[in-house]
Amino acid sequence: MYAFDYHRPTSVKEAANLAGQAEDAKFLAGGHTLLPTMKLRLAGPASLIDLGQVAELRGIERSGDAITVGAMTKHAEVAGSADVRAAIPALAELAELIGDPHVRNRGTIGGSVANNDPAADYPAACLALNATIVTDKRRIAADDFFQGIFTTALDEGEIVTQVSFPIAAKAAYAKFRNPASRYALVGVFVAKHADGVRVAVTGAGSNGVFRVPEMEEALGRNFAPEALDGIAVPEDEMNSDIHADSAYRAHLVGVMARRAVEAAAARG
Amino acid sequence: MTATGIGAPVRRKEDQRFVTGQGRYVDDFNRPGQAFAYFLRSPHAHAAIRSIDTGPATIMPGVVAVLTGDNLAADGIGGLICGWMIHSKDGSPMKAGPHPALAQGKVRYVGDHVAVVIAETLAQAKDAAEAIVVDYEVLPAIVDTAEAAKASVQVHDVAPDNTVFNWHLGNREETEAAFARARHVTRIDLVNNRLVPNPIEPRAALGEYDPGTDTYTLYTTSQNPHVARLVLSAFIGVAPEHKLRVIAPDVGGGFGSKIFIYAEETVCVWAAKKVRRPVKWTSDRSEAFLADAHGRDHVTHAEMATDENGRIIGLRVHTTANLGAYLSTFASSVPTYLYAPLLSGQYDIPAIYCEVDAVYTNTAPVDAYRGAGRPEATFVVERLVEKTARELGQDPAEFRRRNYITQFPHQTPVIMTYDTGDYAASLDKALDLADYRNFQQRKQESARRGKLRGIGFSSYIEACGIAPSQAVGSLGAGVGLWESAEVRVNPTGSVEVLTGSHSHGQGHETTFAQLVSDRLGIPIDQVSIVHGDTDKVQFGMGTYGSRSGAVGMSAIAKALDKVIAKGKKVAAHVLEASEGDIEFKDGKFGVAGTDKALGFGEVALQAYIAHKFSGQDLEPGLKEGAFYDPTNFTFPAGVHICEVEIDPDTGVTRIDRWTAVDDFGVIINPMIVEGQVHGGIAQGVGQALLEGAVYDQGGQLVTASFNDYCMPRAIDLPSFQVGMTVTPCPSNPLGIKGCGEAGAIAAPPAVINAITDALGHEDIAMPATPQAVWRAAQKARMPMAAE
Repeated sequence: MYAFDYHRPTSVKEAANLAGQAEDAKFLAGGHTLLPTMKLRLAGPASLIDLGQVAELRGIERSGDAITVGAMTKHAEVAGSADVRAAIPALAELAELIGDPHVRNRGTIGGSVANNDPAADYPAACLALNATIVTDKRRIAADDFFQGIFTTALDEGEIVTQVSFPIAAKAAYAKFRNPASRYALVGVFVAKHADGVRVAVTGAGSNGVFRVPEMEEALGRNFAPEALDGIAVPEDEMNSDIHADSAYRAHLVGVMARRAVEAAAARG
Repeated sequence: MTATGIGAPVRRKEDQRFVTGQGRYVDDFNRPGQAFAYFLRSPHAHAAIRSIDTGPATIMPGVVAVLTGDNLAADGIGGLICGWMIHSKDGSPMKAGPHPALAQGKVRYVGDHVAVVIAETLAQAKDAAEAIVVDYEVLPAIVDTAEAAKASVQVHDVAPDNTVFNWHLGNREETEAAFARARHVTRIDLVNNRLVPNPIEPRAALGEYDPGTDTYTLYTTSQNPHVARLVLSAFIGVAPEHKLRVIAPDVGGGFGSKIFIYAEETVCVWAAKKVRRPVKWTSDRSEAFLADAHGRDHVTHAEMATDENGRIIGLRVHTTANLGAYLSTFASSVPTYLYAPLLSGQYDIPAIYCEVDAVYTNTAPVDAYRGAGRPEATFVVERLVEKTARELGQDPAEFRRRNYITQFPHQTPVIMTYDTGDYAASLDKALDLADYRNFQQRKQESARRGKLRGIGFSSYIEACGIAPSQAVGSLGAGVGLWESAEVRVNPTGSVEVLTGSHSHGQGHETTFAQLVSDRLGIPIDQVSIVHGDTDKVQFGMGTYGSRSGAVGMSAIAKALDKVIAKGKKVAAHVLEASEGDIEFKDGKFGVAGTDKALGFGEVALQAYIAHKFSGQDLEPGLKEGAFYDPTNFTFPAGVHICEVEIDPDTGVTRIDRWTAVDDFGVIINPMIVEGQVHGGIAQGVGQALLEGAVYDQGGQLVTASFNDYCMPRAIDLPSFQVGMTVTPCPSNPLGIKGCGEAGAIAAPPAVINAITDALGHEDIAMPATPQAVWRAAQKARMPMAAE
């Protein structure tokens, strides 16, 4: 790890000011991507702005037809939240499938969406649940937020403060874990809303998280696994690595989508 | 059996300190004035070094020294060695290329040692390493085992076709004749996947030099500190043997990878004198992936001949073994004498012929890893036996039974003389525990749920208790493989046992104490086991190859016999009886036929005060030593049965049941033995389903972290059904065979045989990842599945 300046603001405003002043600054949330990268000397930001003491970034709230999760809320808190379990059980289940207990008690939702790792779980939930990513400057629809591998709509110095999830009628997440890393090799989040079905896939796409309109239309007509028969995602848009080539990933998208629909439908 | 004697499931004495963080590992030692070493490693798989400019690094903050291979050469420090000479078929010696501790002119794998920076802090050493300017001429690399001998790339000048040796074993003519008259021949092509050992504690070394006494101390993560001292002094030449103390304190697992003498500890000792500061190096996990000796990596074609009665009459095997870029300490023995002599398995096979071509590649050195050659042999035999049974339409269990060796001793055509065993007894017990008779019912039930169920057998044998020194000497070993022990009885009757074995997870502090408690009749807490320090233990060969029970404890038993014999003499003087009338029983020395007796502690005290005898007729004191050289290998054997259920939609293999019935001979501590079986199976399942080191064609290690290299987790394993059969080993005084590697040897073929049974075809390689199994399942969807 290279030397760096360490800042620990207590408000979003202070954090944003620091980011404006410091050169080559990085926000530190749970640190589960940034710190290992720094330890391997693959990243060397001049300043770290640790958001861990910013109280306004934490907590989970249910208001009417949405669940709003503060950006610094840890995965374990989402997994264990009675509000989340009651309103969007699929979201709690997704949080419980991230990494291991160590990761779930450090990693945060804000860090996950801001990083937009192509194999992270939360981006699939955000897209399928039609979430709004709230920052210190604006509100961004999930459809506009995720823009490709490790790329988001965030401006330099912009801080994710909350993620707001509309409560879907039915939803489920089916994840096929990378056997080694436990990231999603393929993760499919299916959500049935009043105005239609949304299907989002993480881990598989060569350009990061994506929706599958063909599946959404079919499920809009008939929310059942067999509605997906014959629908395939294009292999040439899938990721390929030593764990899974594009053909296998494309196949798994179908399998996981059917399993997610089955689980969502079973919620009654 | 007493509560702490032989056969008692005594809780491990050492665990209190391990689980409360009180263990002391090499990295826990810090010496006054200590500096830190960081190795600059090659980013290229193969390159000539045109020049190294250390100048910019030497002026970086905190830098004490920057050293390269030139400095090593200038100081006359020799290269690392391979301690087992193998001769090719034509009689020529193996081609050992130079193996300097720091590169001299060339780097040969990613992670190879280019230079070392010694600095006040590790961070400063790393910063300075980035300032070293190395001018590489990058060369094409060869990584592929099967292609190495044909490659235009040449790893070492001494080996023009990258071939270390072409070796063979067995009776070639008889084997050819057997195949000529065979009714059926079964053929198989196998890859034994390369593994990264990954003990939980990475390697570490701390070298220290005392200019006042001109002595050196090395703290190191070693399974065999005396061998490390011998190699560092007599061969590499960093310090004279009598001036070098090697300490291997608590060591967090080795699995073979800490047997070897590596560049890093060599450099730490040498540099400590050069900079007159203690020098510490601790591997990080990334370095461990790159530069610990890897395991396995064989490509094999094998054929099995059977006659009209379904009896195996011949086996021929051709294996190409990848030894990596350099010959590690025992690399040459693993694919030869630790491999081919096990190819008879548990079967009466009159003719066996095996050829092994060992090759260099631009990859990390490959050496012994849990099982070392024996898992590779067992994989060949048990995959081939299973396939043969299937091709002959026979029940795989009964096919095995028909071919089992039943008469002992049994001489195989590949060196080994099996001393004892009852293979059918293990099979019967395993079939019973596995509920084999109802397997078809379970298979149908799985099919109703759209799942493919399969069952796989592994009827393994291994050669442990290595080894008779004369025998291994005749096969090319540079050392003898006996063990030493010293039993020191204190005046208060407590006992210290100094052993040349080394515990790095095996539980010696408990099992060895159990033997002493059992033999001397003293409480187990009156016994201390001392190991891992060349200043305390006179000499020892260390721990590997499941040898510490069979060989190390036999040495202790021999020393205990001497202690008891001396105790009888002392008791005879004190009790004023004739020595021949003294009996030692239940911890008491008594005069036969009387109630006159002395407790063990009383005799110990009398031995030290020596009031009742003169030093002329009996020496004071009670301390005895012994060297034990085994008369034969030991042959643990057993039957493992794995039952899997495959999800054909995803390719996920779930191990539903695991039955292990092992014959380890006499068992000292059944709880520790069962733990060894569990751990071994976990590693074997890791090889079969999860683990595989992958280099890309350029020689970069793709699986260089746990993000890509999949270690087995508890969730990957079922609860194991473990049973035992016992045929005491006749070749050592305790009847012990050894248990440390059995699971890792037995497991891989059991898993793959189960998967191929479920799939209905043989075409699946290790690791059988979900992707690989899905693809294989696509090929042959079972007709009964999910229709």
